[in-house]
Amino acid sequence: MNNTEPFTETMLAGRWRERGQRIRELGREIRRDKSGLAGFIMIALLVAMAVAAPLLAPHDPAAQDLRSRLTPPAWTEKGTPAHFLGTDHLGRDVLSRVIYGSRVSLVVGAAVVLLAGGFGVLMGLLAGYLGGRMDSFVMRWIDTQVAFPGLLLALIILAVVGPSMLTVIVVLALNGWMVYGRMTRGAVLAVRQTEYVEAAEMVGCTSSRIIFRHILPNLTSPLLTLAILEFARIVLAEAALSFLGLGIQPPATSWGLDVANGKDYIFRAWWLVTMPGIAISLTVLAVNLLASWLRLISDPQEREKQFARHMAARDRRAAKRSANAPREKEAAV
Amino acid sequence: MGRYILKRLWHGIIVILGVTVIVFTVTRMIGDPVKLMLPLEATVEQRAVFEKQLGLDRPIPIQFVEFLGDMARFDFGDSLWQHRPAMEIVFERMPYTLGLSFAAIGLAVLLAVPLGIVAALRPGGVSDRSTVFFSLLGLSIPQFWLGLLLIVVFAVNLHWLPTSGAATPTHMLLPAITLALPALARIVMIVRSSMIDELNRQYVKTAFAKGLPVARVVGLHALRNAGLPVVTLVGWELIRAVAGYSVVVETVFAWPGLGMTAMQAIDREDLILLQAIVFTVAILVVLINILMDAAYTVIDPRLKLS
Repeated sequence: MNNTEPFTETMLAGRWRERGQRIRELGREIRRDKSGLAGFIMIALLVAMAVAAPLLAPHDPAAQDLRSRLTPPAWTEKGTPAHFLGTDHLGRDVLSRVIYGSRVSLVVGAAVVLLAGGFGVLMGLLAGYLGGRMDSFVMRWIDTQVAFPGLLLALIILAVVGPSMLTVIVVLALNGWMVYGRMTRGAVLAVRQTEYVEAAEMVGCTSSRIIFRHILPNLTSPLLTLAILEFARIVLAEAALSFLGLGIQPPATSWGLDVANGKDYIFRAWWLVTMPGIAISLTVLAVNLLASWLRLISDPQEREKQFARHMAARDRRAAKRSANAPREKEAAV
Repeated sequence: MGRYILKRLWHGIIVILGVTVIVFTVTRMIGDPVKLMLPLEATVEQRAVFEKQLGLDRPIPIQFVEFLGDMARFDFGDSLWQHRPAMEIVFERMPYTLGLSFAAIGLAVLLAVPLGIVAALRPGGVSDRSTVFFSLLGLSIPQFWLGLLLIVVFAVNLHWLPTSGAATPTHMLLPAITLALPALARIVMIVRSSMIDELNRQYVKTAFAKGLPVARVVGLHALRNAGLPVVTLVGWELIRAVAGYSVVVETVFAWPGLGMTAMQAIDREDLILLQAIVFTVAILVVLINILMDAAYTVIDPRLKLS
């Protein structure tokens, strides 16, 4: 029985090495795909900005300075470097508000994804694995809730219960768990048919072992892509809710809230609306680029397609060049 | 086919019931509707009178049954804000939202299909990659921000178009563009990917080998076969436009549709009008769903549902 120990150690060491290799491969892949790399860098910068907000922001985002209200950005005529992106109607520094606003977007996005994803995956697992009545109950629930006018209901709930970051998170999660549920159930059903799961069941593996060891690993990459896409959607949704006044409330800072505040000064102070809007757009774009890249590398079919397209485009360009070249030679002669 | 429609109608009824249960619960049980509807200085006696008037002093199950009965008759009571039947207001505003949404999605489809086809014809090429990039960009821009920017650029600086309201047909242009953009981006992506898949199939190569003109093969044969996922998405986008995004876009452009009315009702805490709006929107969504299902059978005759 002693010889099983070194075997297990080799197994574990091998697994860690495999993980290291995979991480290096991922690194290579993302460097190759420039848009994915751009997305990844932008998100990394965003997270760093959100975490280091108290160190980065030149001013307190809620500090009012009525003497310097509506100062334009530093690169314009009346701007000052003290307020690099200008100030709003209460004299609050726009750059600091943008930096602190990233915290809200990231926190709400992550919280909703975790909450909705957790609940959705759980429901999907129950539906797919237990089957029968549970399955039809969950699917019918999903089908019904998907047909609800989600944003309207969210607005009403927020209006009645009172908007705050917590209620926004809960409402957005309630609205958005269904997509995880459907995907998880699909994945579970697909995996359950396979022979290795059947073998595991026959050998006597407990349900939890089958779920964690066989089913969930197949789920991670499509789930991750879905979660990232949902994250982008949630950032936009939170911005819209805050813009309508039913999301994050002052004195907290949210990009959507800033756009709403700046809306009244849109002709006099264009930077109030533009800066938070650019922040939202860049964030969501970065997340979308990352999601595209992730989908590409995790699905071998997509990778093949992209490779084939790349080759086809290259051939077309080469064909065009060689079609032009002989004519030039004739002209020279 | 008839049985399928009945099944969908039944599903629709359950959805509408579910929505109304939620609205009922939220307004009566979680929120305090009387507190919201009465002015702050109302005395206890005035509250009691108001409650009796609205039937809020009766036990919840009875209230709910009454509510269901009212709903079936489309009678939500008088709007607290405008003091006339809430459904009347809803029917007045509904055409604005429907018109804007259909115009927007129609615009999106009209632009997206050619763009997607052009991108699919040369996959990996410049037009393809730029289409994908601009689609991602279009998905990433918040609609309320886009609307504001369009107002500033086109209405204020260039004076080409009006800023807000719904007086003339040109008033619909900017809101329709704003509502259309994310839908445009998503539809382009799906047209492109469906067409790429379709154009790689054997029958397309056979058709080209036969010498059929490119336009005919792509536009007639490939497009029809690639159409199903596109129609699914278009229906989904229409629903999202009517039930969701219209709130934001209508608010930005002061377009007098159901979305803006909902925001106004929320501002004035007019729960009766809100209930009427949510109910109507739920019905609209169900109807659009059924319409889309019927459209499938037209597009793909194999899907004659039995």
